[in-house]
Amino acid sequence: MNVRLILFAGLRQAAGFKSDTVSLPEASTVGDLLNSRVPNLRDRTFYVAVNEEFAQRDTVLHDGDEVALLPPVSGGIQPPSR
Amino acid sequence: MSAKLFELTEQPLSQDDILRRVSRFDCGGVVTFAGTVRGATATDNGARETDFLVYEAYVPMAEKMMARIGAEIQERWPLVKGVSILHRIGRCEIEEPTVLIAVATPHRDDGCFEACRYAIERLKEIVPIWKQENWSDGEVWVEGPRQPELDVSTPNQPPT
Repeated sequence: MNVRLILFAGLRQAAGFKSDTVSLPEASTVGDLLNSRVPNLRDRTFYVAVNEEFAQRDTVLHDGDEVALLPPVSGGIQPPSR
Repeated sequence: MSAKLFELTEQPLSQDDILRRVSRFDCGGVVTFAGTVRGATATDNGARETDFLVYEAYVPMAEKMMARIGAEIQERWPLVKGVSILHRIGRCEIEEPTVLIAVATPHRDDGCFEACRYAIERLKEIVPIWKQENWSDGEVWVEGPRQPELDVSTPNQPPT
């Protein structure tokens, strides 16, 4: 199966690409995709969305899914100091 | 055609515009919040000066998440009649608004202040928008605080 991988902001910069189509065995998970295509991002903090919904490492992927790698968000204003 | 209530745009944001989007015959209170580009940020090492910001977003998901914040507000403050969130993408200059939020209620005590505050805090948590700080000698993508429940980067480590 094929999934579409897209990266944003600092992750795009670190990985060196913006998007890619990745072929994976059936029943692969988000974690499998990360290990096979972006192992160099292992030490970074980021979130994943599958088809525009937050997902986890063990989320199972399906053919045609769009998987987005999202750095912790920083839009809007500075977070309040705690 | 009515304007969208949750929108990312490359165009400058306008307070008048967002007020019009949430104004209603039965509402007498509208709270707005504007987040603007700071030219100088106080740090432990003194003030750091910004030249401009560049915003990048995962646009379809960002608009979907902003609409979700609207739905959450409706649930928490049932008297709220209108919510709009507008966010810039692209290059933003010092003092320009980068985000506008408006919440309309029949009366000022019906939750508009609280709901507006909730919207900006929630936006920082779930809306995929990132800013790049640009200085005279470089730039960096700013990353927000880590939310452990969403972090996928550390594979299945036992809790410490």
